[in-house]
Amino acid sequence: MQAFVKRVRNGDEIAYAITFLCAFAVIAITALLVFELYRNSEPSRVKFGWSFLWTKTWDPVAGEFGALPFIYGTVVTSAFAMILGIPLGVGAAIFLAELAPPRISSGLTFLIELLAAVPSVIIGVLGVFILLPFLRIVQPYIQGALGWTPLFAGPFYGVSLFSAGVVLTIMILPFIISISREVLLSVPNDQREGALALGATRWESTWDVVVPFARKGIVGSIFLALARSLGETMAVTMVVGNDPKISASLFAPGYSIAAVIANEFTEATGDLYQGALIELGLVLFALTIVINGAARILVASTTKRGTS
Amino acid sequence: MTRNTIGAIIGIALLAGAASAQTLINGAGATFPYPMYSKWFDSYHKKFPTIQFNYNSIGSGGGIQQVTAGTVDFGASDGPMNDTQIKDFKDKRGAEILHFPTVLGADVPVYNIPGVSSQLNFTPEALAGIFLGQIKKWNDPAITGPNPGVKLPANDIVVVHRSEGSGTTYCWTDYLSKISKEWETKVGRGTSVQWPVGLGGKGNEGVSGQIKQQPNSMGYVELIYAVQSKMTYGKVKNAAGNFVNATLESVTEAAGSVKDMPDDFRVSITNAPGKGAYPVATFTWLLIPTKIADPVKKKAITDFLHWMLTEGQTMTAALDYAPLPKPVIAKETKAIAKIN
Repeated sequence: MQAFVKRVRNGDEIAYAITFLCAFAVIAITALLVFELYRNSEPSRVKFGWSFLWTKTWDPVAGEFGALPFIYGTVVTSAFAMILGIPLGVGAAIFLAELAPPRISSGLTFLIELLAAVPSVIIGVLGVFILLPFLRIVQPYIQGALGWTPLFAGPFYGVSLFSAGVVLTIMILPFIISISREVLLSVPNDQREGALALGATRWESTWDVVVPFARKGIVGSIFLALARSLGETMAVTMVVGNDPKISASLFAPGYSIAAVIANEFTEATGDLYQGALIELGLVLFALTIVINGAARILVASTTKRGTS
Repeated sequence: MTRNTIGAIIGIALLAGAASAQTLINGAGATFPYPMYSKWFDSYHKKFPTIQFNYNSIGSGGGIQQVTAGTVDFGASDGPMNDTQIKDFKDKRGAEILHFPTVLGADVPVYNIPGVSSQLNFTPEALAGIFLGQIKKWNDPAITGPNPGVKLPANDIVVVHRSEGSGTTYCWTDYLSKISKEWETKVGRGTSVQWPVGLGGKGNEGVSGQIKQQPNSMGYVELIYAVQSKMTYGKVKNAAGNFVNATLESVTEAAGSVKDMPDDFRVSITNAPGKGAYPVATFTWLLIPTKIADPVKKKAITDFLHWMLTEGQTMTAALDYAPLPKPVIAKETKAIAKIN
């Protein structure tokens, strides 16, 4: 008892209680969110069951709803953004943290952090007025080189899964770069010095010692970027074409889960229609968990023993 | 010094007292008439400083829901409430809901065809065919027929529609449903529909932006948007067989030429019979319960309705909204008495 009083006086117990409440609040909010999504999507869950997940129709007039085109669009645009964004982002972070002169590094980092603060609707507008006209010029060359694959075939109207992927790449880059850079900078100098003392070149010390040491933090930044790209709404809806069809080509228009919710929720009348949109929210939540989980398993299984 | 302070405190207290005597009336709903409503509510507040309207343009669907849930004093919608919604309102609120048309809107076909700058004529068949994806090229006889002298290219038509649920889309699809049986059965009318062809642009600006960038494209935007952004738009052949340019007059005539205006004003005025009536037009409505418990609010709302139908109607043209035709105003004035 006395020990407890002493601990309270020292603030340990109070700090414990407060931080516990903070952590609990986050979990409670998430749980409530899922519960509300589940509860409000009842009309749609009852009517369509699991087939909601693989139905391709989205017909508000007839009251037939399926999530597949939106799941497809969300996954494809995010995957595209990750494929483009991870090498670019990690490469830039390595340069800024390890190789660039400090003055250039801090200047560029400031600019990159500014980019993270740009609201997504601004990125969307820039996407419509600058990126789309630019992609219209570039697209024939990409199609000329890669048009033989179904991924890059077919007509191009500017708005497309491809454009949405490029916009998402721009949006997730600052997350990957600024967090990865911080993590790389926090790698203790002993590591670098040790590698150099063993005769490694600067690049060898960076790539073989510093980057593996910072691996966990870099992966964390990628997860954050992935979550952002899966849930991004405004910028995507402005450039994706908003057409709920599944096409193999990246140049075809598509749709994403977040975009259709933002587009249709305000005017959705009737319990079933609203329920279907809310169920889409639930699907997006589940999708995020599944993709994140899969990525974590992938990372865990490829991490070499002994490295952190 | 102290006396001044006390005076100031009393002054502030008096002001606060005056402010609390203000009647605040909350509404929510359609985005299309929002500029008009905010102008009206602002002018009305200047005229009667004790009455303050607060309007949230959250969309027609949200307006219907909130007025049904009783969280706002009135709703607003670009499409009339259907019978299920009216019954739902009656069950939940124990009163009727009244529809009051306020202004008129219209949709116009807009296009971007390189080398064509003249105003095109569209027949109902051509519009339905294009939006069903059956008319695929600009030089299709259904389009070239009513446009002699215009050289239309053999290029594919790229259709652009609204991506988000909107009253504009309801008006457009309602029109297509009236003129094409196939559209009615395959697609139907709604604020969002399953489009057979086309790309989705967000908002009027999204549709027009996409059309400006994409050669050989066409879509539909609100008349007001087309006028204010100086876009070229096509004429549409009406039920009387004339190609009509969308203007404030031709849109008002569409509302005036509807035969047998129902007592609840829940009527679609697309494809109206008038000679000069523009066929793709719609009312937008205020949704007001018949029972308003607070007598002060009731008086404020009925007074506002009278004002809106008289002085308010003279302010519409400045914002490019079409005013209501006289017979409709007369009929609405009578309907205000239903609020008790």
